[in-house]
Amino acid sequence: MNIEATMKAEHNQIQYEKVKKYQRKMDLLKGLLFLSPSILLFSIFVFYPMVRTVYLSFFLTNQAGATTLFVGLENYKDIFTSPIFMKSLTSTLLFVLYTVPGTVIISLLFAVIANEKLKGIGFFRMIYSSSMGISVAAASVFWMFLFHPSIGFFNKILVQLGLDKIGWLTDPEWALISVSISTIWMNIGFTFLILLGGLQSIDSHLYESADIDGAGYFYKLRRITIPMLSPSLFFVTTISVINAFQTFGQIDMLTKGGPVNETNLIVYSIYREAFVNYQYGTASAQAVVLFIIILVMTVIQFKLGERKVHYQ
Amino acid sequence: MMMSLSKKVTLYTLLIISALFVFLPVIFAFLMSFMNSQDAMMGKIIPSVWTLDNYVKAFERLPLLQFLLNSLIISLLIMIGQLIFSSLAAYAFVFLEFKGRDFLFYLFIGTMMIPFEASIIPNFQTIRGLNLIDTYPGLALPFLATAFGTFLLRQTFKQIPKELKEASEIAGIGHFKYYLTVVLPIAKTSLVTLAIYSFLSAWNMYLWPLLSTTNDTVRTVQIGLKQLQSQETVNQWGVVMAGAMVVAIPTMILLFLGQKKLQKGLAEGALK
Repeated sequence: MNIEATMKAEHNQIQYEKVKKYQRKMDLLKGLLFLSPSILLFSIFVFYPMVRTVYLSFFLTNQAGATTLFVGLENYKDIFTSPIFMKSLTSTLLFVLYTVPGTVIISLLFAVIANEKLKGIGFFRMIYSSSMGISVAAASVFWMFLFHPSIGFFNKILVQLGLDKIGWLTDPEWALISVSISTIWMNIGFTFLILLGGLQSIDSHLYESADIDGAGYFYKLRRITIPMLSPSLFFVTTISVINAFQTFGQIDMLTKGGPVNETNLIVYSIYREAFVNYQYGTASAQAVVLFIIILVMTVIQFKLGERKVHYQ
Repeated sequence: MMMSLSKKVTLYTLLIISALFVFLPVIFAFLMSFMNSQDAMMGKIIPSVWTLDNYVKAFERLPLLQFLLNSLIISLLIMIGQLIFSSLAAYAFVFLEFKGRDFLFYLFIGTMMIPFEASIIPNFQTIRGLNLIDTYPGLALPFLATAFGTFLLRQTFKQIPKELKEASEIAGIGHFKYYLTVVLPIAKTSLVTLAIYSFLSAWNMYLWPLLSTTNDTVRTVQIGLKQLQSQETVNQWGVVMAGAMVVAIPTMILLFLGQKKLQKGLAEGALK
């Protein structure tokens, strides 16, 4: 090899490095350019509000929401000694407990039977997913009628059976349960669709070989379907928990937080504190509590999920 | 594989019972929207006389057409915004390599953990500060960027063969042109899925339109329905149900048309 050729190669190498460096710089620039609309929007409407909420929670504010007096942790002391907010927290936790298992189990049952290859199955899938297309407002109106004390469907059935009528939305014993039932109905559509999608992506060979081994229906359900479906189940559970903590519309339409704050779920409580009572400081403190709860929930679920979930 | 008759019968029975259980609230509401007030008061299920009066009254009492138009405009704005911004972001995460990309990716994931409901107070103040209360942009702006949409599209973009990008580089096609002329057409199905999903969610929004609208010119149909419901007395159930039908039918049709796509797309975007 002569010297000239070596030099040329070296020169090429340097050129190449230069080009590569330049290219990388350009890629960074282009990457930021492609990402800038999302980053800008997230900064204004997600990250800034988060920081601002924490900030507001340390202040008293005037009616317009401007800060007037720094009070440190006073707002937090207030909300945690307020029986109304503590009640709101308990109701919210109960609501999560009522709605999440209900939604996931019913949707799973629907997804399992709707996954069979039968004539007309498309129609049934359409029906089971239908509540996803129905807004909170419309669904609340439907359920308000079902729960109606005199002409409602549920009380008419109770009367037919010779039982006493129930004040579904007005009796403190029942209100939270009633709202939970309607919420489960509203969430079934989405959960069902995700689970059905999960079922359909399970490799059919697994079932075929189980059939050859003479495995029964429930054995296959327990040993193939549920484990293979665990990522989807995990996902819908996470989403359901988060959704339950964020529930607002049906409360506003059905009960307005009543009777005696029985259904005053946390987002409704924040809404009332901020936009009815104009107490932005305490409302922000409540919002921070909501944020922390959701963060903790997500982290716990991911930790658990890593161990339990079977990924293909 | 043939299914035994008894298994078929059991399955169909289960399917029909479950379907009734799920769809009964909708059927009741549908029937009631064609009832006169007497039938409703008596608690009848099937109207003795079918009438369109309730629909006429619902449209008379509220500017429902205006509300429908408002909802349509806002939902389209959000849908288009999400399609453009999340496809751009997804492109960067798949086809561009640069320092800090992973960090930004985690930042996107992070946004999913911050519930909109928890940051509603500053958002309200921001929109009010920008004088955007009672405007279409004010209703749409906070929802134009979406981490979920970005993940969904990123998933699809990742499946596009790398050789295609290399070939286009040799042909001298730049990133933006590649994004427009190659990536977007290939990802059409996922884009449609995201479009349906974002339209549905936007149409069904409740809390934000409740806060950020104060008059009928921009109010959405969901808040219109709330108004209708709170005005009504017990003997006007038919009118409320007619209103609810007008609100729910457009999205139900959209859902039925796009159900298959949604089912596939959502599962993919959510899980991998």
